Amino acid sequence: MRRSQQLAGSLALACALALATTACAPGGSTTSDPAASSTAAPVSKDVAAAGDVTLTVWDQNTDGGIDDAQAKLNAAFEAKYPNVKITRVSRSFADLKTTLKLALTSKTPPDVVQANQGYPDMGSFVSGGLLRPEDDYAKLYGWDGYYPKQLLDLNRFTPDGKDWQSGNLYGVSQTGEIVGVYYNRKVLSDLGIAAPKTIGEFEASLPKIKASGLLPIAYGDVEKSPGIHIYGITQAAVAGSQAVEDLVTAKSGAWTDAPSVTAAQKIQGWAQQGYLTQGANGISRDDALADFDAGKAAYHIDGTWQLATVSKGLGADAGFLALGPDGSSTPVTTGGEGLAWAITTGSKHPDVAAAYIDFITNAEAAQVLVDTGNLPAVPPADWAPKSGTLEGDVAEQWKAVGASSGLVPYLDYATPTFYDTMSAGVQQLTAGKLTPEEFTAQLQKDYGSFVSSR
Amino acid sequence: MATQVTGPQAGGPQGRLGRARAGRTSGRSRQGGRPQYKAYLYIAPAFVLFAVFLGVPALQTAQYSLYRWNGLGASTWVGLQNYADLVRDATLRSSFGHAAVLVLFYSAVPVLLALVLTALISRGAGLPGMSVFRTLLFLPQVVASVVVATTWVAIYSPDGLSNQLLRLVGLGSLTRAWLGDFGTALPAVGLIGTWLGTGLCLVLFLSGVANIAPELLEAARMDGAGAVAEFTSIVLPALRGQIAVALTLTVVAALKTFDLVYITTRGGPGTSTTLPAFEAYNRAFNTGQVGSAASVAVVLTALILVVTALIQRIQPDEVA
Repeated sequence: MRRSQQLAGSLALACALALATTACAPGGSTTSDPAASSTAAPVSKDVAAAGDVTLTVWDQNTDGGIDDAQAKLNAAFEAKYPNVKITRVSRSFADLKTTLKLALTSKTPPDVVQANQGYPDMGSFVSGGLLRPEDDYAKLYGWDGYYPKQLLDLNRFTPDGKDWQSGNLYGVSQTGEIVGVYYNRKVLSDLGIAAPKTIGEFEASLPKIKASGLLPIAYGDVEKSPGIHIYGITQAAVAGSQAVEDLVTAKSGAWTDAPSVTAAQKIQGWAQQGYLTQGANGISRDDALADFDAGKAAYHIDGTWQLATVSKGLGADAGFLALGPDGSSTPVTTGGEGLAWAITTGSKHPDVAAAYIDFITNAEAAQVLVDTGNLPAVPPADWAPKSGTLEGDVAEQWKAVGASSGLVPYLDYATPTFYDTMSAGVQQLTAGKLTPEEFTAQLQKDYGSFVSSR
Repeated sequence: MATQVTGPQAGGPQGRLGRARAGRTSGRSRQGGRPQYKAYLYIAPAFVLFAVFLGVPALQTAQYSLYRWNGLGASTWVGLQNYADLVRDATLRSSFGHAAVLVLFYSAVPVLLALVLTALISRGAGLPGMSVFRTLLFLPQVVASVVVATTWVAIYSPDGLSNQLLRLVGLGSLTRAWLGDFGTALPAVGLIGTWLGTGLCLVLFLSGVANIAPELLEAARMDGAGAVAEFTSIVLPALRGQIAVALTLTVVAALKTFDLVYITTRGGPGTSTTLPAFEAYNRAFNTGQVGSAASVAVVLTALILVVTALIQRIQPDEVA
């Protein structure tokens, strides 16, 4: 008895001591001053003047085509500036997300990192004062004229990290991305169905395909992210770009608004009618894509980053389209640009870092990207792949959504926890565990608590 | 650990140290009971390791759990708010519920199964090939958990072994993506734990049976005890210590499960297989809720300590 009392006493003492020695709150108790990170030092294009520099770069270009492009561009940069050595740390998207925070907060952060847009990543990095604003370099290298405004805005944040798409520029992107519908030309033409242009035409084609004995949409959601895409493009085509944009950027609206509920109803309907792969929650995205590539399904919803895979799998039969609202002739769909290439505040060589970012994103780099089978954020002016091919479709759709500002940001940008909330929710929706109303209420709950906490 | 300390000198370090030495060097121990600082030198290395790699991080985690912090910027003191949210948040609450279900699969089922197997196998202990059989049963414990999980993902997949078997015996209507179905995902993960734990329990119990004096069993048989009576009145009581160890190991394994879920389901479908350890990881590294993650970790640790202490109560005294 006495002994346990004494033990408790000494434990309490140890705790008190430890707390006293580590009394400061995690991350510092006072708000850090992001303004301090915007340097007033003049910026320069002179890389050679920096002397011998090792530039540490964290990217997520691990997939085939883009990995080739990155390796080529890095080698070319080192050849052009022999005084610079690039240390490349390349991680998959998910691995980057879980490790980048730790790297950025270390005493020796990387110089250049690819930061995901939106509140969960870029917003929290900016609020932590970890990224250096690049507006001065944008002027120096002419990025502000090279990129369309919509693409630049995706990489902007106010210095407190609270308002997205306005304020400072924290990076530029290399590639363009849209999520759309890959379709099998042969299957559709055999059934006498014209490639749909609107969500209504798309839905009307589903029962016809099903009746022919084919699977309408090859869909596998075990990894959870495809659910965000299927909901994203449906919501975009139902609600239109402005409404979704306002939602994701926390400007106005609610996830329980009618168009969002309608989109959820449609997806649940597709699952119930058997228009989606049976047991999709247990099917991997790769397996679904393989079914589509094997000609077993008419449609597959995915991003342009799968261009090379689909092109190889389905060949000349493959087509790509982005849906628009009923009665509209311009597509509205989920998309944007690759992760932003950002400079860390801890980098000792921002001039070299900026020169590197310019080198891997400029017009010459865009040509390298095209040559390696990627979609550059700003395609070369003379880029015109043959119409009627998959590459031609992707190029046309990218230009079309760009011209009509029909790009809707990824929905998981909305709040730090939205990826989890939404991806779990779509699984519950397609399995019939949630009604469309319950699903959207769940989204709104997450969204509401984030918006009120800002 | 919890042996009673009695006697006049109990209560202080001097007293304990003095008493410990009393048996061998009784003469010196009476020289005034000075604190023997030398003794602390012996525990110092272990203590320093413990303090640096376990103690400090544990205290830090406890401290983080009192803040709202995204892991990057400034943090806000919120007191016990994170713990209150733990009770209010349905997802977090259900993650502890899922862990309880896993305890059944990881612990109760393997212990019962292993007891039955022990009853059978112990009677054939002398058979040739017995050691091979034991090794095979223990194999799941040796294989890396990531390999185990990946293998089971293949077994459970729509065209995997489980569904092939069902089709083979004409039960094709039952086939499904076991890990993708809301009703079956959690039991499917649990069964992997059963597969993992049974061999461990069995090996423990068999070693316990080997310690039973043959005369006891002989005497029981002479008294006319059948196989069942022999098992319940001789073997089972003799295995109390082993059962306590098996329960401790498997219950702790169930409560802190992370790897299996991380590889097989990522908490899905929906949130039907989320677990406290997975939530702690996900909140800390993915969703930027470090404070909440820390509170989950603290509660999970406390829970494991309490459960372990309760299980210790079935340990027979002489083993404790």
